[in-house]
Amino acid sequence: MKLYEYQAREIFKKYGIPVPPGDIAENPKRVREIAEQIGKPVVIKAQVLVAGRGKAGGIIVAETPEDAEKISEKLIDSSIKGCLVKKVLVVEKINILKELYLSITVDRSKRAYCFIASRRGGVNIEEIARTSPEDLTKVYIDPLVGLQEYQIRKILNFLKLGELSKELKGIIKAMYSIFLDYDCELVETNPLAISAENKVLALDTRMIIDDNSAYRHKDIEAPEEEFSEYERIAREKGFSYVDLDGNIGIIGNGAGLTMATMDLVYFYGGKPANFLDIGGGARAEKVKEAVKLLLANPRVKAILINILGGITRCDEVARGIVEALKESGKDKPIFVRMMGTNEEEGKEILEKVGIKAYESMEEAAKAAVEVVK
Amino acid sequence: MILVDKNTRVLVQGITGREGSFHTKAMLDYGTKILAGVTPGKGGQSVHGVPVYNSVEEALTEHPEINTSIVFVPALYAPDAIYEAIDAGIRLIVVITEHIPLHDELRVISYARLKGVWIVGPNCPGVISPGESKVGIMPGHIFEKGVIGIVSRSGTLTYEIAHLITKAGLGQSTCIGIGGDPIVGMDFIEVLELFEKDKETKAVVVIGEIGGTMEEELAYWIKKRGYSKPVVAYIAGKTAPPGKRMGHAGAIITMGMGTASSKIKAFEEAGVAVAKTPREVIDLLLKKI
Repeated sequence: MKLYEYQAREIFKKYGIPVPPGDIAENPKRVREIAEQIGKPVVIKAQVLVAGRGKAGGIIVAETPEDAEKISEKLIDSSIKGCLVKKVLVVEKINILKELYLSITVDRSKRAYCFIASRRGGVNIEEIARTSPEDLTKVYIDPLVGLQEYQIRKILNFLKLGELSKELKGIIKAMYSIFLDYDCELVETNPLAISAENKVLALDTRMIIDDNSAYRHKDIEAPEEEFSEYERIAREKGFSYVDLDGNIGIIGNGAGLTMATMDLVYFYGGKPANFLDIGGGARAEKVKEAVKLLLANPRVKAILINILGGITRCDEVARGIVEALKESGKDKPIFVRMMGTNEEEGKEILEKVGIKAYESMEEAAKAAVEVVK
Repeated sequence: MILVDKNTRVLVQGITGREGSFHTKAMLDYGTKILAGVTPGKGGQSVHGVPVYNSVEEALTEHPEINTSIVFVPALYAPDAIYEAIDAGIRLIVVITEHIPLHDELRVISYARLKGVWIVGPNCPGVISPGESKVGIMPGHIFEKGVIGIVSRSGTLTYEIAHLITKAGLGQSTCIGIGGDPIVGMDFIEVLELFEKDKETKAVVVIGEIGGTMEEELAYWIKKRGYSKPVVAYIAGKTAPPGKRMGHAGAIITMGMGTASSKIKAFEEAGVAVAKTPREVIDLLLKKI
């Protein structure tokens, strides 16, 4: 679960990390009020989850409260990289002396926590890693031991903040606490800035909470826009679902097999419209919902279903497909590959309504690609 | 074969649950020797003839031959079950459970590694040495005793490729699903080290997917030290967009890392043949052995 900047900012504040004065607003009038309270030039920041919102015009400086109101009239309800801006964060414009980068994440292959610190900030960390890796350091923390003082010193020595090291130490410790307390995949501040007044401030704040831990953090409102309309419906119905930009709808059982089915469509020259994993042991009812979802999506011109039966039964899958066609009244070409538990019964059910079941996933994918050409 | 064989004696943790009970039956039908099950508070019951105990310690007192555990305990309680099995001295723990919170998973796996205990998973189909033992949830009839070692981050895709290997008459020595989570116990390199020493295994199939850098690390490892047996790889998720989780918690491209193309390139540079489709895995295997 990705948090909006303003949500992460509130948590940073709660843990004593300095952030610029400001507040969240949903309308231009409120933006003006906040700017007036601040009494200095402000930065208006669109609250969207996509990366690169600055370059896309989602971060704008306003010199006066009037300007702030005018700018936000255009920004609120506009679209940044396809995401609707519902809220903006209005903060004091800080005079920046220096920009740094600091984050903590989980390093998958080292099976450890990892602090990443960079002497360069304000640009994305991938770019820093690519263009000036010498500006970046990583400190690995054993999850059974936890953060040690020498590790903090290592980060401080690398960033060389002199008399501000004490403040930075507090920020490192607070970010570490947030990371653990909120079961995070990532806690990031970029940039972490040194202001002209010689203060260390988290100018941008980002957090990703582990989905499997979300039940422990019900007080945090889940951002809606992380998912498209179809993604949201599919999630409510208990599917793993991701929208893609092609026109062949994909249904599979198991994440790896479903991805391999998408790849196969691409391999034969087609474009997958989505990833939909019905999971293990899906009954007819669930399959029906999955097929109906793709039948209802106007972008989907054909549907490719790939089932490897084990605990999932082919006859249940077939029944689900037939019922979906009956209930929705829609008709799109459907290509089914099924193998395994109750394969024969499944094929029989499909044949009765004129759907051919293929032996191999290659044949089925080829046929689906052919029909949308 | 590696990890499981005729001498494997199994404990099922979470045996009284729906999944635990269903797969206990399936494993027994396959011929797996299951000696006991554990569900706290349900001691004294029996599931498909397997006695149930309240704790791992009790089960081990009654059945000291147990050397392997399989965990079906729900995500919230699974880490506790794994700690219990580690502390009781079980050396191989297969964790089927999906959705274990990331930080809990990280700690329990770190603890297991510190104690020298193998964890397979979490969020995995388990391990099968065809004709010997099945400690997992895979459909046993797809597999046949043979010469190919399979290691995979996936479930059904593994069955797909295993089935093709069976049809081609090669069969499998052992097939291991290491799990689809961001943090897993055994990794590709550790499994390939075991396959290299195993005399039944003539070639290894690695089934990877987007997310993380485990495939790249395996490729660098092979490139650096060489590998005495042919390796064929397949990577799922070439058409997956960045930043989106593709079903598995671990199948996500983040910060530019974990793309299929990066993995394919690393394997090719290490001289590992990469199949473009699942079926091509077989063509490449037949060419190499």
